[in-house]
Amino acid sequence: MRLLRLWPENSHFPFMKWRRVTFPLSAIMSLVILGLFFLHGLNFGIDFRGGTLLELQAKSGTADAAQVREQSNALGFGEVEVQEFGGQGSLSLRFPIQEGGEAAQSAVVQKARDTFGQAYDFRRVETVGPRVSGELVQAGTLGVVLSLVAVLCYLWFRFERNLATGALIGTLHDVLLTVGFFVVTQLEFNMTSIAAILTIVGYSLNETVVVFDRTRELLRRYKNMPDEELLDLSINTTMSRTAITAMTTFLALLALVLFGGEAIEGFAIVMLVGIVICTYSAIFVSSPSLIYLGLRQSETQRAAAAKTVAAKP
Amino acid sequence: MLHYSRTKTILTLLVVALGLLFVVPNLLSPQARARLPSFLQNTIVLGLDLQGGSHILLEVDAQALRNEKLEALRDQVRTALRDARIGYTGLGNAGQGVQVRLRDVADLQAATTKLRELRNPISSSLLGNTGQFDLDVTNTPDGLVTLTPTEAGVDARIRSAVDQSIEIVRRRVDELGTTEPSIQRQGADRILVQVPGLQDPQRLKELIGTTAKLTFRMVDVTMPVQQAEATRPPPESEILVGAENPNEKYLVEKRILVAGEDLVDAQPGFSQQTNEPIVSFRFNSNGARRFATATQQNVGKPFAIVLDNKVISAPRINEPITGGSGQISGSFTVESANNLAILLRAGALPAPLTVVEERTVGPGLGQDSIDAGTKATIYAAIFVVIFMFATYGTFGLIANIALIIHVGLIFGLMSLIGATLTLPGIAGIVLTIGTAVDSNVLIYERIREEFHSGRSMVSAIQAGFERAFATIVDSNSTMAIAAVILFLLGSGPVKGFAVVFVLGILTTVITAVTMTRMMIALWYRWTRAKALPF
Repeated sequence: MRLLRLWPENSHFPFMKWRRVTFPLSAIMSLVILGLFFLHGLNFGIDFRGGTLLELQAKSGTADAAQVREQSNALGFGEVEVQEFGGQGSLSLRFPIQEGGEAAQSAVVQKARDTFGQAYDFRRVETVGPRVSGELVQAGTLGVVLSLVAVLCYLWFRFERNLATGALIGTLHDVLLTVGFFVVTQLEFNMTSIAAILTIVGYSLNETVVVFDRTRELLRRYKNMPDEELLDLSINTTMSRTAITAMTTFLALLALVLFGGEAIEGFAIVMLVGIVICTYSAIFVSSPSLIYLGLRQSETQRAAAAKTVAAKP
Repeated sequence: MLHYSRTKTILTLLVVALGLLFVVPNLLSPQARARLPSFLQNTIVLGLDLQGGSHILLEVDAQALRNEKLEALRDQVRTALRDARIGYTGLGNAGQGVQVRLRDVADLQAATTKLRELRNPISSSLLGNTGQFDLDVTNTPDGLVTLTPTEAGVDARIRSAVDQSIEIVRRRVDELGTTEPSIQRQGADRILVQVPGLQDPQRLKELIGTTAKLTFRMVDVTMPVQQAEATRPPPESEILVGAENPNEKYLVEKRILVAGEDLVDAQPGFSQQTNEPIVSFRFNSNGARRFATATQQNVGKPFAIVLDNKVISAPRINEPITGGSGQISGSFTVESANNLAILLRAGALPAPLTVVEERTVGPGLGQDSIDAGTKATIYAAIFVVIFMFATYGTFGLIANIALIIHVGLIFGLMSLIGATLTLPGIAGIVLTIGTAVDSNVLIYERIREEFHSGRSMVSAIQAGFERAFATIVDSNSTMAIAAVILFLLGSGPVKGFAVVFVLGILTTVITAVTMTRMMIALWYRWTRAKALPF
């Protein structure tokens, strides 16, 4: 039986040469994303912005989006975003947060039930008041910051400074590009999006660590191999594993995108894209960055330190 | 030597079997489950996003509590100074406290001492008496005494208000007759109410959103209400509006004859004369006595039944009511009479509750999510299983067995700790299916390398496990960083994702490392293969 091979054995692909393409590419993408971020910002969902989200299902089977839009805007709760989504007859309505504190939000749901309750089933009702949304913003920001701090601590313990810096560059790159995906697609950014970003932080670090573990091992084994060659070798020897793991994760998430239903679709798509970004950056961003950060810096320092110790009688 | 001892094999299988055993109760009907031993009663709880139902987060109105405290404090100060015969010229709110200006500075010491008696020590359940007071009493030489509720006092008050409210909310929610509502404290000043299966929480919100402070007071007939409005009401009275019609005004005495605390029962019913919906009630002995005395003294005068500072009705006292029971008639509908009866039976909330978050999922959407989640999980497993087999052959099969047991163990552990499965939790399981085989991949790739570098089968397999292990620990700890932070910060559905993720990381060590090793040892003992199957 012939088995599947995603990556040939004993490959000698010159990954490091590609940095002349991938570094400018990543830099440009990062800049464009930063620009777009300040221009458009994220499409915050009600978790962070507050307000009311309704999901309606037409009892007759067909929804009249235009009519619902007109009627809901006439309710006097400000501009309502009405969207068709998922299967036939499903609509989502997003009401902005109302002036007048916590109690004012309840009126929205009541009015909407009176207006649309005849023709539509209310499949989902979510109301988040100004205080809770403020707290969720705090929790979300804290989550991202804490995870980066935790990553920093982990790398500090686990690797020498140059390798740790390289891994950190890769992780920041992946977080930035994932946020960029939200900016470009204007997918709703909610608490589950934070979960996706944190998971991507974990995955990104995982990918880098597997390659760097090998780099370190090879550094000990081949004391005189040039940096570029050694990094190429680290990636070539781990590439089969990287490809297979990326594939299994990709396949699982693909199933989630295809069959998981619209409630989880956003999360699944972001994760799917995130996996691709992480795999790319571990190979083409973190590793080549070591060429500039100095691969053997710590080794030479250690050697120098050993020499001074030896010089003392 | 590629050896996996019999004891170790039995131990591994035992742990796995035990883990999988905890999944069993989830698959049985409640009747069948009841016959299992007690340690097998735990099942996975479906989150409200899968089960359908309402999640409502309430917040105790701390400002209302503060205002109420200040108002009560003013009354106390007034009474205390009157009792001590100390004259004052001004009594009013100042910032977060109450300020009183004495007429005679010579009284300063006496007044301060007297007012200090109003302080109550704060006791906490842990420390007993904390030595702190709920009130700061300070004075200035020019005859100004300030009473400020302390932060600790306010906190203690909020805490006890939340405790009381939880009890009352529970009684009110129980009246709805829904299955297994959960009511719990969240943070310092919040209450989380979760009611599975509830589709329209409007009635629930009405029931919880009413403070239901019921008082019986006399109507002040010393001046017409219009005159009181035009000039200023007598100091002992206030103007209240009607519950039905806000344009209807009443001049009502502030003094309370009897309050809702003295009710022992309230039932909806119909008036025998008019056949309109009414609420009939019964006082306890204390309330009955006070109500009897009050009605005896005031025959012919109107009194007001006041609910949350709105007058429900103001009937005339035709004869003394001594039986300790009575009825409230207003313009009730059957439902509003029923609601009021529930509220009166459950008692008044110590402070108003505000809904700060509501999430309701209809049962249809919940079922759709379960179906879609199940489908995604099955397809993810099929994709990964096929891919692993196509890549690694026999070793792929071994990885697949480990994977299936891995997912089983996650469910087993979730049942054991009674964890909640949410939709993001299902997504977590799907993601785990993709990432769990990473450990197998790391090991297999390493074995392949070692074998191709000239080692024997046994030595390559052994080296593969040993050398991959450090990387497996690394790769799982990196993923754990994200999972643990999510667990600490997330709430509800997102926390469900974190739980699955954490459990997934823990069980990988058992399945991907230990079980895989055992199966490969068995495989080698059977086949004595000279080459790797991949």
